[in-house]
Amino acid sequence: MHNLTIKQMSEKLHSGEITSVQLTQHYLDRISQYDADLNAFVTVTPELAISMAEAADQKLAAGDAELLTGIPVAHKDIFCTDGVKTSCGSKMLDNFIAPYDAHVVTLMNKIGMPILGKTNMDEFAMGSSSESSYYGPTKNPWDHKAVPGGSSGGSAAVIAAGLAPLATGTDTGGSVRQPASFCGITGIKPTYGAVSRFGIIAYASSFDQAGPMTRSAEDSAWMLNAMAGFDERDSTSLNREKTDYTAELGQSLKGLKVGVPAEYFGAGLDPEVEVVIKTAISEVEKLGGEVVEVHLPNKDLAVPAYYVLAPAEASANLSRYDGVRFGYRCDQPTGLEDLYKRSRSEGFGEEVKRRIMVGAYALSAGYYDAYYLKAQKLRRMVRDDFTKAFESCDVIMGPVAPTSAFNIGEKSDDQVSMYLADLYTIPVNLAGLPALSVPAGFANNRPVGLHIVGPYFSEAKLLNIGHQFQQVTDWHKHMPAQYQ
Amino acid sequence: MSLGKTEVEYISRLAQIEVREDDVDGVAAKLSNILDLFTQMEAADTQGIEPMAHPLDAVQRFRADVVTEVDQHEKLQAIAPSAAQAHYLVPQVIE
Repeated sequence: MHNLTIKQMSEKLHSGEITSVQLTQHYLDRISQYDADLNAFVTVTPELAISMAEAADQKLAAGDAELLTGIPVAHKDIFCTDGVKTSCGSKMLDNFIAPYDAHVVTLMNKIGMPILGKTNMDEFAMGSSSESSYYGPTKNPWDHKAVPGGSSGGSAAVIAAGLAPLATGTDTGGSVRQPASFCGITGIKPTYGAVSRFGIIAYASSFDQAGPMTRSAEDSAWMLNAMAGFDERDSTSLNREKTDYTAELGQSLKGLKVGVPAEYFGAGLDPEVEVVIKTAISEVEKLGGEVVEVHLPNKDLAVPAYYVLAPAEASANLSRYDGVRFGYRCDQPTGLEDLYKRSRSEGFGEEVKRRIMVGAYALSAGYYDAYYLKAQKLRRMVRDDFTKAFESCDVIMGPVAPTSAFNIGEKSDDQVSMYLADLYTIPVNLAGLPALSVPAGFANNRPVGLHIVGPYFSEAKLLNIGHQFQQVTDWHKHMPAQYQ
Repeated sequence: MSLGKTEVEYISRLAQIEVREDDVDGVAAKLSNILDLFTQMEAADTQGIEPMAHPLDAVQRFRADVVTEVDQHEKLQAIAPSAAQAHYLVPQVIE
């Protein structure tokens, strides 16, 4: 059952060949069989899942169902789920039972999508390996020695291992696309503002954007239809007409202008990854794409600019964790300042503390202009590079990450080298553009994703390009042998 | 850029995060590595470039000035570390 596409699952549910309870139980059984080892879930919610599946079956029987009704989903543990622990991978929120649902969760609940559980992640989404979780690292289903990527590593791992048909992720600097690449699944970061941030625990609000993580681009298109849309409770939600992200599936790629930035294929890119990406681009050419060279001259400035701006926003966003209203509180505080300081010091992990401190410093008197303001100017330069590139191409293609998945523990002591590995994904977040990662092959026996970046609101086009690519390749159908 | 003990103590106060005496050197070294990364920005000429806060240059939306939140303090305070009579309790600050 876990090898079906979402559309096939939906057809079986609508025809009555299977019930949502059976489908949901199938995934719950797989979770009990495999997750103890994988550690992809922080919380599994079997009772909630089955009761939601029963309600979905009633909707299906009553003829009141949508395409995704009855199809279970795993939510990254950054999405608030009313009555269910929402930890954000942190000791700080280990005792936090969310008192409301994130907008995305509300939308999916309304459709009738049973919640299988909450997936593991880097603490407060700050990381690229899912190793900084309070609950321990998630393993990559393709190789248990490897990281699944991050921060949405748990969601990527559950899709790769077939423990859920759909999972939500969030992408602040690459956290949907990089784990999608490392785990051989499909993931899209939509245009900033397309999906509501309401109820998603904030890391860096001007970058945070939620997106689907699925096996195929077609599945992602159906799921994005469920997630996206205007929400007045998110002040940066875009009030645009409702988009059908499946509308372009099936269109020919003839004449598609594919921009390939020369800067993407320089030093630091693993030669095996380079071969995979170039082969994938030639596959797109066979489908009718025309390669044009483009330039993104300020790409190297994106990483330092991001690591000023994101921690600066984080230092403000995470000031709410003070041991007073919710979350962790230290034992026997001697005074108010001791309460704040010790609750934060004991409740946050090392990387989170580091980013809060860096952010506070970057915003402090005397440094604001040199760091924060400078980084905001670079942000515009990076965005303008993309705008210019899109004058001569429809989409940009390249690698998602310079390597395939690295080993657990390999980079955990060297933050800066881990930061620099985000060089292909971060510019997209600075610009707020949509971008897709689709499985394109293997390097060093670990999956590699092709990165497809488009202009604002081009999600439907990107998903169709991914879909057309997946009509002539089968990388997205590969599953690690032990999980088949 | 290399941070010393004084800077680490200053940052610790700003961030309200405790840095233990024996961790100061380690924290200083790791923060300094990150600040070194920032110095790469200096080479870029940003003369005349407007800082960018929002990718689509959007501005804050306004809404009618009417109450939209309902009182649900009981639900919200049920998850508080310490609350009583609709108040959050903290250590005594006034003698």
